[in-house]
Amino acid sequence: MKHTLSVLVENEPGALSRITGLFSGRGFNIESLCVAPTMDHTMSHLTLVTTGDEFIIEQIIKQLNRLIDVYKVVDISEGEFVEREMALIKVKAEDETRAEVLRMCDIFRCKVVDVSPKTYTIEVTGPKSKLKAVIELLRPIGIKEITRTGTIAMQREKKSL
Amino acid sequence: MEKLPGKQMVVEALKREGVDVVFGFPGGAIIDVYDAMEKDGNIKHVLVRHEQGAAHAADGYARATGKVGVCIATSGPGATNTVTGIATAYMDSIPIVVFTGQVPTSLIGNDAFQEVDIVGITRPCTKHNYLVKDVKKLPRILKEAFYIARSGRPGPVLIDLPKDVQNQVAEFDYPDKIKLRSYNPVVEPHTRQIERAFKLIEKSKQPIIYVGGGVIISNAHKELRKLAESIYAPVTMTLMGLGAFPGTHEQSLGMLGMHGTYCANMTMANTDLIIAVGARFDDRVTGKIEAFAPNAKIIHIDIDPTSIQKNVKVDVPIVGDCKRALKKLVKVIEEDGRPKEVWQERFQPWWDQIRAWAKRHPLTYKKEPGVIKPQYVIEKLYELTKGKAIITTEVGQNQMWTAQFYKFDEPRTLLTSGGLGTMGYGFPAAIGAQMAFPDKLVVDVAGDGSIQMNIQEMATAMEQRLPVKIVILNNQFLGMVRQWQELFYDRRYAATEFTVTPDFVKLAEAYGAKGFRATKPEEVEETLKKGLEAEGLTIMEFAIAREEGVFPMVPAGKATTEMLLV
Repeated sequence: MKHTLSVLVENEPGALSRITGLFSGRGFNIESLCVAPTMDHTMSHLTLVTTGDEFIIEQIIKQLNRLIDVYKVVDISEGEFVEREMALIKVKAEDETRAEVLRMCDIFRCKVVDVSPKTYTIEVTGPKSKLKAVIELLRPIGIKEITRTGTIAMQREKKSL
Repeated sequence: MEKLPGKQMVVEALKREGVDVVFGFPGGAIIDVYDAMEKDGNIKHVLVRHEQGAAHAADGYARATGKVGVCIATSGPGATNTVTGIATAYMDSIPIVVFTGQVPTSLIGNDAFQEVDIVGITRPCTKHNYLVKDVKKLPRILKEAFYIARSGRPGPVLIDLPKDVQNQVAEFDYPDKIKLRSYNPVVEPHTRQIERAFKLIEKSKQPIIYVGGGVIISNAHKELRKLAESIYAPVTMTLMGLGAFPGTHEQSLGMLGMHGTYCANMTMANTDLIIAVGARFDDRVTGKIEAFAPNAKIIHIDIDPTSIQKNVKVDVPIVGDCKRALKKLVKVIEEDGRPKEVWQERFQPWWDQIRAWAKRHPLTYKKEPGVIKPQYVIEKLYELTKGKAIITTEVGQNQMWTAQFYKFDEPRTLLTSGGLGTMGYGFPAAIGAQMAFPDKLVVDVAGDGSIQMNIQEMATAMEQRLPVKIVILNNQFLGMVRQWQELFYDRRYAATEFTVTPDFVKLAEAYGAKGFRATKPEEVEETLKKGLEAEGLTIMEFAIAREEGVFPMVPAGKATTEMLLV
């Protein structure tokens, strides 16, 4: 089962490698990982997507909590949450496909962020499923390059970390 | 506020943390701290011959005293040499603080002379570690390091000190107390969980108390004994738990697991309730996990939540300090008010069964005329020391025979590398223990293989005039591996036979110590007496039956009921 963990961690050098080291050292999976400072710049917020049965997820959460630098760990996929990912996609856009790409952008509410005579670079934001759909549809036209952020997520409503 | 250079802050912190002895080996990147220590003159430094020895000695000191052990090494190879010692302490939850020198901050990352990323290297085997880049942060880091090392589930902490930071000056604001927002180990167990635990105990007909090193670490041996005696339950211990409950107590079943007693393993396999205290269901204890204690409910007391539900499903998890949890549990039992006799009567059939197991296959070995059996040496050592010595061991057969045949009655009297299984641990650990207790008898039980892994510390012991006694069980084999080869690899002794071993008597003499040797059973007692009574450092070497094995034995991956017996 896929789980999305929100981790608040001290903004200290080495904190991130303690976390990634924990995952590799204990044989846990990391599907994606996103880190950035929070409003309190002494803390970083980390969204981590991982897989495992309930035993493994319990161990992952406990092991994360055991790290001295980790302040808080919440499995936000246990409740309601929103998640977003962003991708930049450089897609082939020559005479006959240029309009087609723009139409697709329109439908999926993507943004064109860079234009060249032979390519468009598109910014897509949304849940993983949307990114997947966009990529599938653009693939036949010719994707030259993709970079993705990994998932960031947040609990819905009043709950906060 | 007093202004101090970093090097002096280190010395001040050591004094304020009550550190009276440190173990180390100097070098260019740590020379400034050494200079500050020398000028100060209040901290005893033990110069080892290899940094691994320093880490183990600090660990031995910590295990024997319960205080934080400290070791110091220089950058690069000095630092990497401590890694095995750090990992050893980490696996057994031993509080040590390790100081390493580092190249100046301006050179970090440049592949400078004797530079190594020791913070990176030790990240997975320390409880926490620091690279100090700003001397202003040093006082707080020093305080945190000692606090983290000794609190919660203890463990090693490393502080990497760049040479320039050692000489930069800042205000020395050393906090008396410290609070970390991201680190608050749960010490006080939940009362409701204790009550739930009692409900299970009440219902049980066949309980067992399973004790690990956590009981020793939290000094909970008295509370544990109270619990065991008040409900008249059998007690078994892990290797790390030996001494937490008296080995000579009528309720003790001895050690369990791979080389545990038949009785302990059978009791564990048939119990309906495991009361686990400060133990972590390690693979050497459970054997094949699917077959482990199939009918048992489990109460698990541990300060580290990660230990709970890691290997087995737990019915009543109790996170907290063992001592407090046991106190609370005993209180609930007392308040319940059932006299001991009621419990005794309830568990009588269970005890009858347990006694029958104990009688069927007691710990034993075959005596052979003319050959020294290692078990006999340990039995005699136990007799002659009246069970009162601090025993350290190396790793392998020597360790298991000691665990089986020396009855440990007191906590902190067996110092052994349980989790990591570090050969070469015992002798430097004995040095650490002897530094802490100069008047106690400290004996290292070794094999001819493992003693050679840190034999260089003979010079350290001589220099400090430490009367450590070394018992070498010499079979000219790496005995435990040989035993596996005998049992599971058709006796193909790949790389386990020593065709050359030093003359240990002469070796002792070469260091200025005394050496004694026994080659026949009738010489064992005399040799032990001579070696234990002689002044100063001694080696007692016993030429033991070369292919003697450790039994019972649960083959790796098998159920604990599938024991190979003598």
